[in-house]
Amino acid sequence: MQHLFRLFVQRLALGLLTLFAVSLVIFLSIELLPGDVAQQVLGQSATPENLAAFRRELGLDQPAYTRYLSWFGGFLQGDLGHSLISGLPIKELIAERMYNTFFLAGFAALIAVPLAVVLGVVAALYRDTTLDKTINVVALTAISVPEFFVGYILVWLFAVELGLFPSIANLSEDASLGDRIYRTFLPAMTLTLIVTAHMMRMTRASLINLLALPYLEMARLKGASQRRLIVIHALPNAIAPIVTVIAINLAYLIVGVVIVEVVFVYPGMGQLLVDSVAKRDFTVVQTACLLFAATYILFNLASDLISIASNPRLLHRK
Amino acid sequence: MTKYTSNLSIGRRGFLAGSAAVLGLSNMPRRAAAATKGGTFRLAVSQGGTSDTLNPAEASGSQQIMVGWALRNNLTEIGSDNKLKPELAVSWSSDDAQTWVFKLRPGVTFHNGKSLGAEDAIASLNLHRGEDSTSGAKALLAGVSEITAEGTDTVKITLSAPNADFPFILSDYHFQIMPVGADGALDLSGTGTGGYTLESWKPGVKTVLQRNPDYWKDGAANFDRVELLLISDSGSATTALVTGEIDAVQSAEYKTLGLLGRDKNVEIESISGGFHPVFAMQSSQAPFSDKNVRLALKYGVDREALVKQVLRGHGTIANDHPIAPSMPYFDASLEQRAYDPDKAKFHLKEAGLDSLAVSLSVSDSLFAGAVDSVTLYREHAAPAGIDVQVAREPGDGYWSDVWMKKPFFTGSWGARPVPDMIFATAYSKGGDWNESQFSNDTFQQLMLAARSELDEAKRGQMYGDMQAILRDEGGSVIPFFRNFVFARRVDISHGEDVASNWALDGYKAIERWWKA
Amino acid sequence: MNAFLYELRRAPLSAKFGCTVVLFYIAVAIFAPVLAPFGESEVVGYEYQAWSTENWLGTDSLGRDMATRMIYGARNTIGIALVTTIIAFAAGSAAGFFAAVMQGWVDQALSRAVDVVISIPTLIFALLLLTIFGASVTSLVGVIALIYATFVYRIARAVAMGIVVMDYVEAAQVRGEGLWWIMRKEILPNAAPPLVAEFGLRFCFVFLTISGLSFLGLGIQPPAADWGSMVRENASLITFGDLTPLIPAAAIGLLTVAVNFIVDWMLHKASGLKT
Repeated sequence: MQHLFRLFVQRLALGLLTLFAVSLVIFLSIELLPGDVAQQVLGQSATPENLAAFRRELGLDQPAYTRYLSWFGGFLQGDLGHSLISGLPIKELIAERMYNTFFLAGFAALIAVPLAVVLGVVAALYRDTTLDKTINVVALTAISVPEFFVGYILVWLFAVELGLFPSIANLSEDASLGDRIYRTFLPAMTLTLIVTAHMMRMTRASLINLLALPYLEMARLKGASQRRLIVIHALPNAIAPIVTVIAINLAYLIVGVVIVEVVFVYPGMGQLLVDSVAKRDFTVVQTACLLFAATYILFNLASDLISIASNPRLLHRK
Repeated sequence: MTKYTSNLSIGRRGFLAGSAAVLGLSNMPRRAAAATKGGTFRLAVSQGGTSDTLNPAEASGSQQIMVGWALRNNLTEIGSDNKLKPELAVSWSSDDAQTWVFKLRPGVTFHNGKSLGAEDAIASLNLHRGEDSTSGAKALLAGVSEITAEGTDTVKITLSAPNADFPFILSDYHFQIMPVGADGALDLSGTGTGGYTLESWKPGVKTVLQRNPDYWKDGAANFDRVELLLISDSGSATTALVTGEIDAVQSAEYKTLGLLGRDKNVEIESISGGFHPVFAMQSSQAPFSDKNVRLALKYGVDREALVKQVLRGHGTIANDHPIAPSMPYFDASLEQRAYDPDKAKFHLKEAGLDSLAVSLSVSDSLFAGAVDSVTLYREHAAPAGIDVQVAREPGDGYWSDVWMKKPFFTGSWGARPVPDMIFATAYSKGGDWNESQFSNDTFQQLMLAARSELDEAKRGQMYGDMQAILRDEGGSVIPFFRNFVFARRVDISHGEDVASNWALDGYKAIERWWKA
Repeated sequence: MNAFLYELRRAPLSAKFGCTVVLFYIAVAIFAPVLAPFGESEVVGYEYQAWSTENWLGTDSLGRDMATRMIYGARNTIGIALVTTIIAFAAGSAAGFFAAVMQGWVDQALSRAVDVVISIPTLIFALLLLTIFGASVTSLVGVIALIYATFVYRIARAVAMGIVVMDYVEAAQVRGEGLWWIMRKEILPNAAPPLVAEFGLRFCFVFLTISGLSFLGLGIQPPAADWGSMVRENASLITFGDLTPLIPAAAIGLLTVAVNFIVDWMLHKASGLKT
C-alpha cells in the first residue's frame, strides 16, 4: 500500500511536469498559427493602423516569451487570466461551461460504462452465439456512423417524429435536475452510442484473450462453470486493459464532444475551444487546453493506479 | 385567416425586394396596423462566438448586430422598404455635400434615464475615429475631418471631400449611439435608446432581452421578451424551427428548403439582396494581367446553373459588377453576360493560349455553397480548355492568409446601401480591399465626380458607366447575388416590406416583427 | 496463400462474409474508373434526382451521380484509412513494446511525451495542426496517424507491461535474447489480440474522424469523393426523414462490420480456444 502511495506522489509530480510541457506545446502551436486575434476580430475590414492599435492594446506587440511567462506565471498562482477579445476573466467565461461539460459527460458515462462492461462480459460468456453476434453488429453499426449523424438520427426519431425530447438543449440557468436530464437526454444518448462499442469490444477481447491462459485452463479442467470462470477468474485479470480503455473514453467524453455540442447547441467547453481557436483568443485556448490536460492526466493516473493495484505482480515488483 | 395565408404565400414565392414586393401586395391592407404586442420571440442566429462583446466598434456577426440594434439606435436607418429613414436624427441637411448638419430627435431618453444630447452622438461616432481607434468601421469615417456640437440637439459633421451619400454611412451597424456617463466615458455596457433592455448576455449561447416600455418609436418593439440563441449548425437550427423550439432562424439550409417548405407551420422568406461572392484575380499578375484571360474566365461560368444548383433558385445572376438589381443605380440596360465556352476559348486564343490551368481558393466559411460553386465552375470552364482547380482552404484564417494573398481566390461581400461604398473600398486605386487590384483611370474619375454630383440623373449615368467598365475590364468574376433565405413559424408576422440589406428584415426583426 | 484459403474455408460464416465484403470493396476501389458510369465530379443532371436506370442511386446535392461518387469514394476512403491506420499502428505499438521492455527512463520519456500529446484535446490539436500545415491529404494522414499512434502506444504498452512480467519473457531475458527478438517473438504474439481488435475499430474511425473534421470545415479536398464527407454533405436531410445520407453511412457501416468480423475470427484463432 505504501508502495502505491509513493507511486501516486511520483505520478502526480510527473503529471505537473506534463502540464508544463502541454502549456509549451499549446503556446508554440498557437504562435505558429497564421493570423492573430486582431486580424480575426477586425476581420475583412481591418486596416494596418487598426491592427497595430488593437495589438498594442492587448500587449501582443510584446515578445512571445514575455507573454508566455506572464500567462503561465499567473496560471500557477490561480489566475486564469482574461480573454483577449472580450476582456472578461476566463474563470467566469468557463465556469458554467465546464459544469455543463462534466454534467453531460457524467450522464453519458453513467449509462455507457456499466452497459459496456456488462455487454462485454455477456458477449464473452456467450461468445460465437447469436447473442454475441447481435451485440457485436449493433455496437459496430452504432460506432461506424459519424457522431453528428447519430445525433441527427436521434433528433429525427425522438424530436421530430415522436416529439418526446427537445432537439436543442437550450438550458436555462435555474433548470431543475429533472429538466436538465430531459434536455440533455438526446446528446447523452448520442455519446453513449458512440463510446459503448469501443469499451465493450475491449472488455470482450481482453476476456477471451485470458481464457486461453494456463490457469484458466486449469480452472476449467477443475470443472468451474463458464460463468464463474469469466466473472471470478478472468475479469479481475482483465482489469488493466479495460480500465485503460474506459479512461480513454471518459476523457473523450469530456474533451471530444465538440460535434455533439454543435448539433445539440449544448453550451459546453468544446464549442468555446473551437471558437477561441478560430478567433485566436490565445489566452482562452491555452487555459482551457491546460484544464483539459489536467483532467486527462488525472484520469490516466487513476487508470494506472487501478491497473497496478489489480496486478499483484506489478504491485510487488522489485 | 384565408387572406392571411394568401399573404404569406407571396413570401414563399420570394419577392424581389422593393418594387416587386410592393406590386404583389399593393391591394392588401397595411398589415403594420395589425401589429400586436406581447409574447416571447425565440430567434436563432448563426454568426458570433463566446468572445463577442457589446462594443459596436467590434461588431461583426449577426449576434452582435442584432443585439446591438435591439438595445440602441443609429442616427439614420435603412427602413423595411430599403429607403433611408431618420432614426435618432429627425432631419439632416447639406448645401455642398461636405458639411452636414444632423438635428437630434427631441425627448428621447436612454435606458438609464439620461436624455439624448449632441455629446452622446459625438462621443459614439468618435469611438470609430482617431489614431488609437480599433473600430472595424474606422475606414468608413476616414473622410470625416471634424464633428462638433451646435447647441445640445444639433451635430455638425465636416468632411474632407464632398460625399452625397454620407447619411447612408451613418446607418451602418457600427454607428450605434450610446450615452456618455458622468465621468465623460462612453457607456458600452448595453445602455441605449433601443426597444429592449438586456436581461442576460451570454454570448455564444443565449441572450435574453426585455421590452423597453418607454421606447420612443411607434409600433415597434412588440415582443415582451426576446431570446436570441446562437446556433451555428444550420441543420440543428432548422430542426428546432420545425419542432417549434424556436420561432425564426437567420439562415435556412438550401438543401433542405424543399422539405422545410412542406411544413405547414413554417414560412420561408427569400429576399433578394446585394450579397455576392467574387472570384477575384490579382489582375496585376500574369496570366490575369491579360484582359483576354479575364474575359475567358468570365465567359466560362454558367451563372444560371449556379443560381439553380447552388442557390436552389434563391438568387439572381450577376454581371461581373457588384451592383445588384435591388440596389439604387442598378443599370438594367447593360447587356447581361451569358455562359459561352466558345467565346471563352476565343479569348483564350487571343491571349495566345490553348489551355489554362488556374487554382481558385475557396472556403465554405464564406457562405453556404461556396465550395460547391467553385466545384461547378470547374465543370463549366472545362469545355473551354480552362482547368479551374478547387483549392479548399480552412475557414479559420481565411481572411488573413488566403484572401488577397493567393493569385485567384473567392471573396464575399455583403450589401452596401449605395454604390459608392463598394466602389471605393473594393474597386478604387488604393482602396483598402481592392481584391482584384483593379486600376482604371476613367473609373476613378467617375467615382470621385459622382460623390459630389447632386443631380440624380447625371449621377445615375455615371454609376451606369462604372458598372459597364467593371463588367468588361475588371478582374472579378461575379456570378450571382444571393438571396437572404430565412424562415419563421407562421405565428410570427411582419410588415408589408422586408428589408434586403441584411437577413431577418435588415437584422431588425426583433424590433419590427410581432407575434400574431 | 493456400494455407490461408484452407483456413478461410473452415472459417465461420461471419468471417467468410467479412472477407467477401472486404474483397468486394477492394475490387471496387481498384477498378473504380472502369466501374463508374460517369466521371468523379461530373455533373450529370439536376440535384437529388430519384433512383433510375441511368443514375442507379440518384444524384447528389449538386447533380452528380451518386453511384459514381460512391465508387470513387471507396477508393479515396479505404486508401486513406488504410495508410493512416498502418502508420499509426506501426509507430504506436513499436514504441509501446519498446517502452514496456526497456522500462526505466526510456519508458518514462516515451510515456511522458505521449502523455503530453494525448492530453491535449484531440480535435483541437488536429484543428491547430491542420491550420498550421494546411488541410492536404498528406497532412490529414499525418495528423490523424500521430494522434492515433498515441492511443495505440498506451494500449500496446499496457498490454505489454502485463506480458513482460511473465516468466517466459524473464526467461528470454536471462537467456540473453536481444530486444528486437523479445519484442517480435515474445510480446507481439501475446499482445496481438487486443491490438488487432483495436486496429479493426481504428481503421473505421479514420473516416469518422475525417467526416468530423469536415463538419468543422477541414477534410478531404473537393471534388474528390469520400464517404465521410458525403455523409456530412447530406446529413441534415435525415431530420426530415429523407434517406439519402444513409447510403454512404451504410457503406461505412458495412465495411466496419465486415472488417471486425474478420478481426473477431483472427482473435478467436489467436486465442487458441476450441469452443
